[in-house]
Amino acid sequence: MKILVAVKRVIDYNVQIRVKEDGTGVVTDNVKMSTNPPDDNAIEEAVKIKEAGKATEVVAVTVGEEKAQETVRKALAVGADRGIHVKVDGILEPLAVSKILQKIVDKEKPDLVFMGKQAIDDDCNQTGQMLSALLNWPQATFASKIDVKDNKLEVTREIDEGLETIEINVPAIVTCDLRLNEPRYASLPNIMKAKKKPIEEIAASDLGVDVSPRLEQLKVEEPPKRKAGIKVANVAELVQKLKNEAKVI
Amino acid sequence: MAVLLIAEHNNKELRPFTLNAATAASQIDSDVHAVIIGQNSADAAKQLSELPVVKKVLSVEGAHYENFTAENFAPVIVKLAENYSHIVCSANTFGKNLMPRIAAHLDTSQVSDIIKVISPDTFLRPIYAGNAFATIKSNDAKKCVTIRPTSFDPCESTGGSAPIEKVDANEEFSNTKFIKREEIKSDRPELGTARIVVSGGRGMQSGDNFKLITEIADKLGAAIGASRAAVDAGYISNDHQVGQTGKVVVPDLYIAVGISGAIQHLAGMKESKVIVAINKDGEAPIFSVADYGLEADLFEALPQFMEELNKLNTIQK
Repeated sequence: MKILVAVKRVIDYNVQIRVKEDGTGVVTDNVKMSTNPPDDNAIEEAVKIKEAGKATEVVAVTVGEEKAQETVRKALAVGADRGIHVKVDGILEPLAVSKILQKIVDKEKPDLVFMGKQAIDDDCNQTGQMLSALLNWPQATFASKIDVKDNKLEVTREIDEGLETIEINVPAIVTCDLRLNEPRYASLPNIMKAKKKPIEEIAASDLGVDVSPRLEQLKVEEPPKRKAGIKVANVAELVQKLKNEAKVI
Repeated sequence: MAVLLIAEHNNKELRPFTLNAATAASQIDSDVHAVIIGQNSADAAKQLSELPVVKKVLSVEGAHYENFTAENFAPVIVKLAENYSHIVCSANTFGKNLMPRIAAHLDTSQVSDIIKVISPDTFLRPIYAGNAFATIKSNDAKKCVTIRPTSFDPCESTGGSAPIEKVDANEEFSNTKFIKREEIKSDRPELGTARIVVSGGRGMQSGDNFKLITEIADKLGAAIGASRAAVDAGYISNDHQVGQTGKVVVPDLYIAVGISGAIQHLAGMKESKVIVAINKDGEAPIFSVADYGLEADLFEALPQFMEELNKLNTIQK
């Protein structure tokens, strides 16, 4: 079984986001960038399945500008076998990314495609579902547990009401929740080895996909700030404030 | 053209956020039709027809719709979509799973998780865990929009009498099979709609210690929330998680206990009307959004809190 894992480069989850003064977006210059956190879980799961002898190859793919390749290199350092970098500048909508990934799937013919359930920059939560629609494959979104069986996966999904278990036939798409596993850190020797692993570069323009934006971002602004509150001295004061000042209990 | 609302239900009754999504749909266009796809869902369809904002109900029945599988739902809605300008549903796990599958089939760039309808083609949505708001204009002919339910009031639930029209079912998608659903049943209010939420974090130190929170929640008629750290540590089940990748809540009162306040958690609760933080670390970021902060050891503060509540003559429910 061959697993394709899609990874995205985003502003690191620990960075305090700053909105640009001209309202065109958020500040990305000199800001720490990392792999989208649930994409790390997707890579980890694929590597674990390979280590368990149930997959033969793990291919990491990213779509984005020059520096997006760092995310593929990181995936190689934690166990992916080779990488693909679809080069394109500018911001892509999930629909465009899913069309590009569809072309990569046509070329690579993986049995499974894994990715994070949501990117923590645009918070769209769309790409996996869109790719599975374009391919007419089954989708298991928000996965917190994956059991690989013969040409089938049993997947536990995190839903608002609790947990749901489904069985999907391969080929299939899985979008991963943060609770799926604990991503490993790359060791120094593995980081060195990863430098020798191949990354194929493909220009998005060579794929014959229309990636032009359908949405216009008219403005990006700071959300309204909460007014600073007060510290209370003790529990009795807290309860009195809630009862008599805020009137919420 | 009219707006098509996708109803969320459990085959017996509507799920509450359908009413919030109906409000958002009616702000896009006053002509709202609603589709309900399920198995033996006639009662829920009738409920839907009684929402005054809904002008027509489309009912699709089939055994393969019983468990709301997106692969079965999407083709039905794609077929109906030709008569509509917008497809709308809630940005909860139901809508998040389903809508992109519809949007891709329609070759439409979806607008996710909107918090405001500015005009029929322009919407406000949070990005970066709510640390920025983006105003987005969609230039697609058909628009697929998911709405953040807590940002829209529920619509009136009675007084309407929309006609219910049957629509033919689609073939079953055979590569996805539902196995089981483990719903955590509780008598407490639902986290997403509760007036008061009491949440615990890593500071709770164990699942057992959550009983300190449960006690207070029961006294206040509150729902129980948790930070991702508490869920990851196994103190409490995933359906309680509040935050960027969990649930977004906007209660009248949010009490954060032993939660440091990572931006990912704040994303899920900082719009609450009144926020209380109880934490022994006076520098914890949760205090920066709290109306009332109490710097204290939660294992002393929570029993005292319970005592003080017991002293009150009345508690609002």
